[in-house]
Amino acid sequence: MDYLHKVFAIVWKDIIAEFRTKEMFSAMFVFAVLVIVVFNFAFELRVSGDEVRRIAPGVLWVAFAFSGVLGLNRAFVLEKDRGCLDGLLLAPVDHTVIYFGKMLSTVLFMLVVEVIVLPVFTAFFGVNLFDLRLLLVVVLGTLGFAGVGTILSAMTAQTRAREVLLPILLLPVAAPVLIAAVKATAGVIDGLALGEIAHWLQLLVAFDILFPAVALMAFDYVVKE
Amino acid sequence: MLWDGKMKRQSDTLLFVLTALSAILMLVALYLALAGAPEANLKSETGRYAQRIIYFHVATAWVGFLAFLVTFVGGVGYLRTQAPKWDIVALSSAEIGTVFMLGVLVSGSIWARPSWGVWWVWDERLTISLIQFFVYVGYLMLRGSVEDPARRARFAAVYGIVAFVSVPINFIAIRMWRTQHPLMFGSEGGGLSPNMMFTFFFSLIAFTVWYVTIMWHRIRLERLRDDVERLKQRIVG
Repeated sequence: MDYLHKVFAIVWKDIIAEFRTKEMFSAMFVFAVLVIVVFNFAFELRVSGDEVRRIAPGVLWVAFAFSGVLGLNRAFVLEKDRGCLDGLLLAPVDHTVIYFGKMLSTVLFMLVVEVIVLPVFTAFFGVNLFDLRLLLVVVLGTLGFAGVGTILSAMTAQTRAREVLLPILLLPVAAPVLIAAVKATAGVIDGLALGEIAHWLQLLVAFDILFPAVALMAFDYVVKE
Repeated sequence: MLWDGKMKRQSDTLLFVLTALSAILMLVALYLALAGAPEANLKSETGRYAQRIIYFHVATAWVGFLAFLVTFVGGVGYLRTQAPKWDIVALSSAEIGTVFMLGVLVSGSIWARPSWGVWWVWDERLTISLIQFFVYVGYLMLRGSVEDPARRARFAAVYGIVAFVSVPINFIAIRMWRTQHPLMFGSEGGGLSPNMMFTFFFSLIAFTVWYVTIMWHRIRLERLRDDVERLKQRIVG
């Protein structure tokens, strides 16, 4: 319980910082919507009517992934720039607490963005995305994306290239998340039963467990001086 | 500690022998692949020629993935011991793996054009090889972006491990997504005849020896670089 308490302390710190600055959320949200708008321009010429349903899952997850990269980048770059990372590391907690705290706050920001983007998407494209099963897919996909993204972001924040490097390291590794999330989302949009997309959900769950476990073991090496 | 003179001479002799051996093996493999192996039972003439690329293509892919395993092992070794030699192994293997993975993509494309009529399809093994290639590129870019050697080694090790863990799950995801690649050892037709098998496995061995040889050269290079650095310090300091 104590461990969770410490994790939530970090999440709470991030939430308060976000309420004061409103930097991350607004950037992530506006960027996600812009990605959708750009896709609209890109596809409008060749896709129409019912076909929109076929491209919707891909467009949606590209928007989530790209805005997620923005959020992940800020998660550690902010701490690094203002010297807060050293403060966090000096705190008398296990370093994995920092990993989980940062991961959960990123998940939280991404989820808030995603939950708002879904109705926007529905309005823009006329594809009904109000579905609890879709929410499950979104949560699982976001967890996986942020789970592996957080440890990579902790590394790239300490490199010379910084923001540029994260998507290059993250996207190949997170490819299974994107494939599974897009497939599961397509299943939901096509009205399949939960059982028919279960194998994709299982893959997401496996990913969601595997990478935090790896990060748990490796995070110490990433943050120590 | 500088390399002891006698040990160094011995290891250099051994490396020379190994280099010569892998040169011979590669030449024999080349002969077998181009002329030694029997014609494939295919209708089109270009298809029959193109089929011969598989001896090198599959061996290249094997080395590409083997190199990735070595990078992973080197990373784990480094994190456990903090000994720079593990990092050198990981780096050398990643560099070689990048080149081989590019070789896989190029040779695969050359084969795919006459056989499938396209340069590229998003088939499972092609996709995983492409992603693997990008992981290698990311690995090398990450290294290039960190100055402090100890931190560079640590970051590289962690990324090497994360990326390696992602291989099987990537493979599962992509396999569930689609597959079109010919199976080498399928129970039905399209497999290799015993004579082809010989060339196939000969290439695998030749490429593996070649990989070990380049690894050795690369590690030796890094060691010599260290020596030069130390000598410089001694003269200047």
